[in-house]
Amino acid sequence: MNGMNWRGIRAVMRKDLKVVTRSKMIMLPMIILPVILLVIFPLLFGLAAIFGGDMLAGEMDDFRQMMGMMPPQLLEQWQGLDMNALFFQLMAVYAFAPMFLIVPMMVASVIAADSFVGERERKTLEALLYTPLTNRELLAAKMLTALLAALVVELLSFVLYAVVVNAVGWPLMGRIFFPNVTWIIMVVWLGPAVAALGLGLTVLISSRVSTFQEAYQLGGIVVLPIVALMIGQFAGVVYFGPGLVLGLGLVVWIIDAVIVWFGVQTFDRDALLARL
Amino acid sequence: MDNMTIIQTDSLVRRFNGITAVDGLTFNVQRGEVFGFLGHNGAGKTTTIRLLNGVLTPMAGSARVLGYDPAAEGPALRRQTGVLTESPSLDERLTARENLSIYAALYDVPEDRIDARVNELLEQFDLTARADDKVGSYSKGMRQRLALARALVHEPQLLFLDEPTAGLDPVATKQVHDLILRLTRAEGRTVFLTTHNLVEAQRLCDRVVVLERGQVLAMGTPAELSHRYAHAQRIQVEVSPETAAEALALLDATPGLVDVTRVNTTVSFSGARRDDIPEIIARLAGAGVRIYSVTPEEPSLEDVYFALHGEGEEEVPA
Repeated sequence: MNGMNWRGIRAVMRKDLKVVTRSKMIMLPMIILPVILLVIFPLLFGLAAIFGGDMLAGEMDDFRQMMGMMPPQLLEQWQGLDMNALFFQLMAVYAFAPMFLIVPMMVASVIAADSFVGERERKTLEALLYTPLTNRELLAAKMLTALLAALVVELLSFVLYAVVVNAVGWPLMGRIFFPNVTWIIMVVWLGPAVAALGLGLTVLISSRVSTFQEAYQLGGIVVLPIVALMIGQFAGVVYFGPGLVLGLGLVVWIIDAVIVWFGVQTFDRDALLARL
Repeated sequence: MDNMTIIQTDSLVRRFNGITAVDGLTFNVQRGEVFGFLGHNGAGKTTTIRLLNGVLTPMAGSARVLGYDPAAEGPALRRQTGVLTESPSLDERLTARENLSIYAALYDVPEDRIDARVNELLEQFDLTARADDKVGSYSKGMRQRLALARALVHEPQLLFLDEPTAGLDPVATKQVHDLILRLTRAEGRTVFLTTHNLVEAQRLCDRVVVLERGQVLAMGTPAELSHRYAHAQRIQVEVSPETAAEALALLDATPGLVDVTRVNTTVSFSGARRDDIPEIIARLAGAGVRIYSVTPEEPSLEDVYFALHGEGEEEVPA
């Protein structure tokens, strides 16, 4: 990375971050989604586990059937917990893990869509193309902006989620039970990889669409593998433990590298100007 | 390329999807001049600016700008050029001060100079009072002034201005004209100006190129082009009141003359070749018309432009 104009890269990042944080259209989904996923949902499950004893009893057969599909090592960890605490643990620690990954992925996709296509749409890209930055520096600046924002939001969301589940789960667990090793690996290893995946795919999509909305909507398809993970987990096909998270992270980083390589090949001033 | 030549192109070609936007352009620009690029929409003016800044790559031909090859040394070249794009290309969610500071960093203005330089430009372009307002709330004239300030943030030697006065009111237009003249005449910078406005080109440009479908139709100073291409020179003849009617009748009857008119004691005509004018005046005098003065109206760039393109044949520029 020698010879890169880091001052110029930082200037573009500063500009893009300012532009993004002043847009309600971008900031609202970045605030609302984590709040729904990481505050409201765990609150609902927590309250159901604490106060909905009868309701859970009514669904107990289904719940037992689901527990039957869980990996033995997980069941071993949870021995001794009553059914309500077990339900809350299952939801907070296990079921929500893949769902959490939606946050960094979405943030990276939205910011990348705004940074690449939105800038073209607002007709601000041309002035940037006339600056001394090389294609590589311009691409690096825009990708780093999206990645940095995704990682900050991911970290804040993680802290928020930890506070919420520990607070809500206190009456059931009687101790701080979150995070576990899987979650920590997920936040520092798989989360950034997934963010880079959302970012890379959006960059590729950006060279083929004309509006921010198109890029944002097409970028939504990157959530599908996460949904597949969630279904696989509930069906007992995959177990979201440290091994899987490490392995999955490695696979996603490799995919990221390939996508970024393609992104670098397709990112040039000629092509960008042709779409202005 | 000698020391005075700041831009030199040789047979530049650029096509987009089979359409040739720039077709064998060869011209040079000298240090310190205002060089005008005139042409219809789609004539290849903006594409030329992009090629000369290394933002687009030519498909054939070559260029040297400030001693650099734009295609191979774009980043180094762009440190020394400033570009005002056709649309101001400003970040509307940022303030004027932020727009300028960020571009100052992008153009490598020393960190400890940025604040002073930004304040200087805000003052110079009369934007200080609104410096911390978001650009989204600015009028068109203010945006254009800010975009110009941004193009100058790193004090470039060579400035590309793409339609700098399009859509501006007369006061804002005059400010831009004065600025261009100051940048070149007082500060010795070079300005490459594309415009539709032929009066503006006549007023500001030392030399112009008339472009059509990516090719050079004509090149020279406005005066040279007027003499070379605008044959229909208009002549005003002031005569005594009692002979004005006779002068009008005589000119009306002269073959080849067109647009013969009389306003009070002045008769005017067009259509005479430069060499025929002495003979026409002699015939008036011979017929007893008392002539007080003969004033040739120099053909304007507009006359040249229409002579080159064929009047009314295509879209007419402002």
